Amino acid sequence: MSAVTASPPELSPARLVDMLRMMMRIREFDQRALELYREGVMRGTTHPYIGMEAVAVGACATLRPGDRITSTHRGHGHCLAKGGDPRLMMAELLGRAAGYCKGKGGSMHIADVDAGILGANGIVGGGIGLATGAALASKLAGRDEVAVCFFGDGALNQGIFHEAANLAAIWRLPVIYVCENNQYAMSARADRFTSVPDPAVRADAYGFPGGSCDGMDALAVYSAVGAAVARARAGEGPSLVVCVTYRYLGHHVGDPLNYRDKAEVEAWRAKDPIERLRAALIERRALTAADADAARADVEREIADAVAFAKASPEPDLATLTEDVYA
Amino acid sequence: MSAVETQQAPAGTRVLTYAEALNEALREEMRRDPRVFVMGEDVAVWGGGGVFGVTKGLVEEFGPERIRDTPISEEAIAALAVGAAMAGARPVAEFMYADFMTLAMEPIVNQAAKIRYMFGGKARVPAVFRAQEGAGRGNAAQHSQSLEAWFCHIPGLKVVTPSTPADAKGLLISAIRDDNPVVFLEHKMLYNTKGPVPAGDHTVPLGVAERKRDGRHITVVGVHTMVLKALQAADRLAAEGIELEVIDPRTLVPFDLDMVVASVRKTGRLIVTHEAYERCGVGAEVIAQVVATAFDALDAPPVRLCGANVPVPYSGALEAAALPQVDGIVAAARQLMA
Repeated sequence: MSAVTASPPELSPARLVDMLRMMMRIREFDQRALELYREGVMRGTTHPYIGMEAVAVGACATLRPGDRITSTHRGHGHCLAKGGDPRLMMAELLGRAAGYCKGKGGSMHIADVDAGILGANGIVGGGIGLATGAALASKLAGRDEVAVCFFGDGALNQGIFHEAANLAAIWRLPVIYVCENNQYAMSARADRFTSVPDPAVRADAYGFPGGSCDGMDALAVYSAVGAAVARARAGEGPSLVVCVTYRYLGHHVGDPLNYRDKAEVEAWRAKDPIERLRAALIERRALTAADADAARADVEREIADAVAFAKASPEPDLATLTEDVYA
Repeated sequence: MSAVETQQAPAGTRVLTYAEALNEALREEMRRDPRVFVMGEDVAVWGGGGVFGVTKGLVEEFGPERIRDTPISEEAIAALAVGAAMAGARPVAEFMYADFMTLAMEPIVNQAAKIRYMFGGKARVPAVFRAQEGAGRGNAAQHSQSLEAWFCHIPGLKVVTPSTPADAKGLLISAIRDDNPVVFLEHKMLYNTKGPVPAGDHTVPLGVAERKRDGRHITVVGVHTMVLKALQAADRLAAEGIELEVIDPRTLVPFDLDMVVASVRKTGRLIVTHEAYERCGVGAEVIAQVVATAFDALDAPPVRLCGANVPVPYSGALEAAALPQVDGIVAAARQLMA
């Protein structure tokens, strides 16, 4: 297996603190979303990203504003990390007119195309072809943009992964496949349904670099994805980066969670990505414990403000039902 | 088809085949707009441009970056087109046979059709999904289907079915310029038909039907080859004093119901005919809409003449029996007038 080895640019202390703050923001957002769901304020379902924050934040820290991402059903973290507005996201979760999608998309379809967020996706693997196509458009237009495609271990076994990876390889497209191996596709542990212990080796089949990294460590994700981004931007083609991570909670609210034991969950929680970056930054003297507490208080206020904004937004006008089916 | 082939080319037009007209549309749009590109299986190298010659010569003019041969990966062809369209390109994705689009339904149905609506109107997917469909040359069950009803069922897609070379050019240019995903279905038996095609920038708006022949007695709405068969039936019936008014909707979504209803108000009788399977086909939808809108105008129950509800068979005799034919239109018309 040939992992990418070039190092991305060193992160300044201020950038590192921003990354910590973003991870806190994502966790707070999803915790509040869960509460809103349990209160009956939010409908449908929500797929919490809690525990996986290092992946979205580490990966998006490598990107420029013109770069694009595709996301998944578990997409709130990706959207925030790429610059999504928590107020518009929360309003969308509540199905309100002020939401990103005017209340028509909900949790699984939040998008901000202008910010390079080509959408969460309700179809497992649905973003893989879209990211690859966006990379093709960048290449055709001669723009040095890249596309980062987030998907889970479950999506690795969709046929589109094979088709898109092969095309990206033969056309040397600037796409980075970031597989969030959170160990479970609903109840299915990854080793039950994936034929190799480390899915990163699948990159070998397409002749592009693949490697795994510690998905509980934002800096490890930053390095691994950053190297792949640099490669893509230089016109050298796609890479696969598998981020080994864990979802602390169920697949969605209402998951019976009968397929894994508490000891396993506790072992992963002990590697918490937010605590880890916080401790590393305090040790580097990039911030103090008091700064970190203040940052947490800030994001709590910010998300509370997003909830208030969402709740204050009106329900969609029924006249919008038939709007925007066509351009 | 002879009726079309014998037409003289009016001023400003040339007689081209349907395939040549499509080729001209692609060529002119690619010259006009650098965002337009074509991808599909065997569109560049094979025979100098596609199994049916539609992309002939384009790779020489535009190069392999914009005329892209792809691996046999229909789902990825469709999905990449969607992603590229969202990122500012205007892809024309080709599927060699409409039957193969069944492998690409996820990105077309779940992604392309829904993205604009799901995202609250803040995204555009200006992608064209081209394919050819239809029976008539012994390609059997997996290469002869007419699947337009599948796409018509999905809100967010436009569905185009040209029957003449001029419409093929004008509709394809409009489809490429449209900001929505457009499923553009050609018919394999029409590629070599000829007709006058306007030179230069010729567009046919999506959603506007065309009356291909005026008549007083029966409105016939046909799709693809059935337009041509209806015109032949009209020639035969004219000798008996039965006049068919033949309407080609040209686009099935959006559908020009107004023109069909206006015609039915004149004739009082309606035949809808297409090669696609009768069950849940477009004919059922057209009749339902006409009945709901203009029940009072109907003098007789509307008639469907459609593909049999069987997989398209291989044998020439069986295949012909599975498709609506000129004789069937003539017989149905006589019965309606009896």
